[in-house]
Parts: sequence; C-alpha cells; structure tokens
Amino acid sequence: MTSDTDQQRRGPHPETDAAPLPPRSGATAPDGIRPRGDDAPHGAGSGGAARRTRHGKGLRGLRRPLGIGIVTLWLSVIVLLPLAALTVAAFDEGLAGFWEAVTAPAALASLWVTVLVSAVVALINAVLGTLVAWVLVRDEFRGKRFVNAVIDLPFALPTIVASIVLLSLYGPNSPIGVELNATRWGLVVALLFVTLPFVVRSVQPVLIEADREVEEAAASLGATTWTTFRRIVLPTLAPAILSGTGLAFARAIGEYGSVVLIGGNIPRETQVASQYIQQQIEIDRPLNAAAVSVALLAIAFVTLLLLRVVSSRSQRREERDA
Amino acid sequence: MITVTSARKDYGSFTALDDVSLDIPSGSLTALLGPSGSGKSTLLRAIAGLEELDSGTVTIEGRDVTDEPPQRRGIGFVFQHYAAFKHMTVRDNVAFGLTIRKRPKAETAKKVDELLEIVGLDGFQHRYPAQLSGGQRQRMALARALAVDPQVLLLDEPFGALDAKVRTDLRQWLRRLHDEVHVTTVLVTHDQEEALDVADRIAVLNKGRIEQVGDPVTLYERPANDFVMGFLGSVAHLGGQLVRPHDIALERDRATALALDAKVPDSPGVIDAVVERVVPLGFEVRVDLRADSGERFAAQITRRDAAELQLREGETIHARAVGRSSVVDHDPALAI
Repeated sequence: MTSDTDQQRRGPHPETDAAPLPPRSGATAPDGIRPRGDDAPHGAGSGGAARRTRHGKGLRGLRRPLGIGIVTLWLSVIVLLPLAALTVAAFDEGLAGFWEAVTAPAALASLWVTVLVSAVVALINAVLGTLVAWVLVRDEFRGKRFVNAVIDLPFALPTIVASIVLLSLYGPNSPIGVELNATRWGLVVALLFVTLPFVVRSVQPVLIEADREVEEAAASLGATTWTTFRRIVLPTLAPAILSGTGLAFARAIGEYGSVVLIGGNIPRETQVASQYIQQQIEIDRPLNAAAVSVALLAIAFVTLLLLRVVSSRSQRREERDA
Repeated sequence: MITVTSARKDYGSFTALDDVSLDIPSGSLTALLGPSGSGKSTLLRAIAGLEELDSGTVTIEGRDVTDEPPQRRGIGFVFQHYAAFKHMTVRDNVAFGLTIRKRPKAETAKKVDELLEIVGLDGFQHRYPAQLSGGQRQRMALARALAVDPQVLLLDEPFGALDAKVRTDLRQWLRRLHDEVHVTTVLVTHDQEEALDVADRIAVLNKGRIEQVGDPVTLYERPANDFVMGFLGSVAHLGGQLVRPHDIALERDRATALALDAKVPDSPGVIDAVVERVVPLGFEVRVDLRADSGERFAAQITRRDAAELQLREGETIHARAVGRSSVVDHDPALAI
C-alpha cells in the first residue's frame, strides 16, 4: 500500500509536464513527509481525502458533499430565501401587477434618478479612485499612511452619520457656502463619500504588483508617459478598475442611509429608489415596494454579471495556458 | 560609439557608480561584467536614461543625451524578466514601438514579420506572452527592441532568468544575431563564462568602478589586478601570487622544477606540496594540494600528465607556475 501511494505521489510529476516552468505546483513533498491516512484501512475514505487535499487535487469523499451542503444552506438562508420572498411579494398580483407597480411614474422616476446618479458616481470613482490608488502606491509623501487609512473611513462610518455630516456641511446655512441640500449633486456627493474605497482598494493591489520594467520597456521604445499609461498600464488595471466601479455602482443604487437627509426626497428630482421603497412601505403599498426592489435587484445583478464576463475575459487572455 | 564620462551615482550612502568613464565602440558587443552591487546595471540603465546620473555625461554616436529621456535616446532595452506586454499578442508586442510612431500599417507588419523570422518566432504572431517559454519571451523582447532600429541595444542580464541549457543556446544565438545585425550592443552579466562567450569587449566592474576594459583574451591572460583575475576564472594562491589552476605544472623532480622555473620571469618559485586529493574531471584532472606553509591550492593538469606523474595521495610534489595568466599590477588590497 505504501509503495502504491508513493507511486501515485511521484507518478504524474516527472519533468514532462513541469518542463517549461519551474515546478511551482509544489507537488513534490519531501520524502520524509508521509501523507496522513496512508495506512488507513479504507483508502478512499477520509484518509484518502486528506491525502488528496494535501496535493491540491480538491476535496473528495465525505468532505466535499458536507462542505457544499453547508455553503448551499448558508447562502440559501442568507441570500436566496430573502430574494425569493421578495420576488414572490413583487409578483403577488401577477406580472401585470408587477409591471404596473414598476412603471408607475413616481417609481420609474425614482429608478431613473438612482441609476443616473449612481452612474455618475461610478464614473467619477473610476477616474478619481484610480488616481488616488496611483498616488498612494507610486508617490512618496508625508502622511501617506494616514491618508491610506482614511480611505476606509467612509466605509466604516454608519451611513446615517455620513448623512448628518454632509447635511451640516452642504445643507442650509452651509459653513463653506455650498448648498447642495435637496439637489442631485447632493446625492452625488453623498454617494461619492460612501463609495470612495471600492475603486481605490481594488486597484491598489494590482498597481503594487505591476511590473515597473514593463513601463520602462515602453519608455525605451519611445512611448510618452501618457501613451505608456493608456496602452500599457490601463489595460493591466482595467479589470480592477471595472470591478471596483461595478461594486461602487451596485452599492450606490441601493444606498439609503447617506442620502436620506441630504437628498430631500423630492419625487422626480432627488427621490432615489430606496427612498421610494421606504415611502411605499409607509403608505402601506408593499407590492410597489417589492416591485421596485426587484427592479433594483435586477439592475445590480446585471451589473455584477457584466463585470464578471468582462473581467474573466481579460484575465483569460493574459493567463491563457500560463 | 557610446561614451560615458565621469559618471557618478549614489543611492544614499551607497555609491553605485564612482567616477566611471567608458568608451563603447560602434558595432561592438561589449559586456559589463561584475558581481552584484558592482554598478554594472546602474551603468547600463544610465546609458538608457532609465537612471539619472548625479554627475557625468553620456553621449551616443556623438550626441549628448545626458539630459534626454529614454524615449529620445535611440535605444533598445531588454530586461532580465522580459517585461512583456502581457495583454498584447507577440505581433503587437514587437510592433509597439512602430505603432506608437504611427508608421504605416503595411510597413509595420512587414518589419514585424521580418524580425519574428530573425528571432525564430515565425508563426507565433497571434500568441500571448503567457503562451511562450522564457527563451521565446526573451527573443520576443529582443525583436521588440530591434523593431525601432535602435542605435544601441542594451541588455540587462538578458539570460539570467533562463535555465542553464537555454541560456547557453540563447547567448550563442545572440552572438550570431549580432554578427548579422551589427548594432552596438551592451550586455550586463555577472557570469564570466557568458561574457567570455559572447562579448568582443569586456568591462569588469567592481564597487562602482571599472577595473579593466579589454578583449576577452587580454582580460583572461593579462588581468589588471587580482580582482579581475579572480573574477574571470578560477585562481590558485601559489606562493603569495594568483595563478590559474591550469597554469600550474607539477614535477616529481625538484631540480627539474627549479631549472624550468628559472626561465619564467616573476614566478612565485617552486612550491613543495602534499597531494591531498586527485579528482578526475573528464579531460582534466584536478589535484588538491597543501603547501608546506599550510596554504591549500588546486592545480589542473591534463589526464596524460596525471597518468605520467602517477600521483598518489599523501606524497609530496613540486609545483611551479607556468606563468601565462598573471596579474599585471599586483595589488593585494583587491585580492578576493
């Protein structure tokens, strides 16, 4: 049995498949380390599973169904069940009822305001978030660590606190003379505040890992700094920027706390979908609330799906056969 | 011709280049050879403009480029780790320099195809760098650097990341390429064998200074000092002098040894030594010896000589320097 497993262990790894690259798959355990469970009476049981895990071939045997079971249950309770309940509530009066609720002028207006403002916020984030990440990675300045820590603050702060702060700063009698209270710009500012970390934090690690020599190579070939950025750096960062932007967008369309005070909740002007939903609940129209919620859900879902497709495509291109 | 004059570069308290002056003739293949931290890469990057000198000047083909950015120096640069543009195909990688110069598409395509054929990557046009081996990636990087018709080609440890076999193949390939393309080439390496193999001129650097510049034979046989001697090949300490192990002759008869030694000028004399070990190394045999002074050294003799001598471990033999590769200007401070 021992010789059998030894054979298995060494069998598939001779030079043939590791030839082009150093064998980083780490498959060659030192001979002294015998995987657990070698002498277990039933090789395919838990001992076998442990052995295979050690060699990175994935869980087998008892553990896989157990793990999958727990994850499925957890996701069902936490995510799928509420979403299903929501969908059921939205279609309480059939498709027609749902359609009527979603296409009610006030509902449509709130969805439009939400998507418009969120898109503006996402775009601003894409540009400035990338710039912030760039400066934090590439430039040296005093207080860099402090600035780096501050990035996460809007995320950690309860959003209603953000709303109060923003209202006192940009609201009526603004101490700095900028009154954004009850305007769409007020919404934009509030949402920018809470979505700040998304792009920064997704671009930062990619930029840290980026190979500076590639940029030097571009420069040696005659590329200006801007050309190098546009043609070399940006394509490398694109998946990260995109995913950060998408997350920021998804967060923005569902945001409630930070916009509730500064937005002013003016229908067709600054009333966002989440506020519309809240309002419909208050006037006892759960169907309207659920229908708009499902619409929001669909928008978020499509956004994340698109991101997935785009980023996995660009990743495949870079790592094909690697 | 590349001329570097009084180049100086400090990184904090570390001096990477200490008043370095060097002429690199047009059309040559020059190796900058030295241990890590000797300043060889800094010198190359200063020629490229990727590193700014604290003082000193760089001219390329008579043009002072000291204050020019790398974009305007007319260089091609190849990095140790390929620096491939991962999101572009091989063709787009090689075409990059031409594309950004907005050359006509047909001209670019023709040039790229030519270059890919020269570097042996014909048919790989549509692959991505991740689909190439290390050697292929480096050849792609070379084609990319050559595409812009650089006045000088600068290579920073180009074969350092490759395994031994590929490395040897590729450097001989580079030599042939250079004989075809004739572009002034500067190659940084810490591998003396690589420098001796490909370069027609070698500049040996140590601690930010140039120790010696010359052709491989001169450097090997007439090293300017102990450092160059020690860096370009193995050395044995024989009677307080550095001698190449294959320049040590062993004699059974002391009188013969003395007579022969008298003909060699500045020789360290005849050293009596005990044979500690005899190691056959194929064509040659290495003999580990211990002198009366306790100093250990090794001699490398041919298999035939060894057979004639019939060396046995533990016996005493008489060693003398044949004295071809000896240090021109002996400076014990540089001894390694």
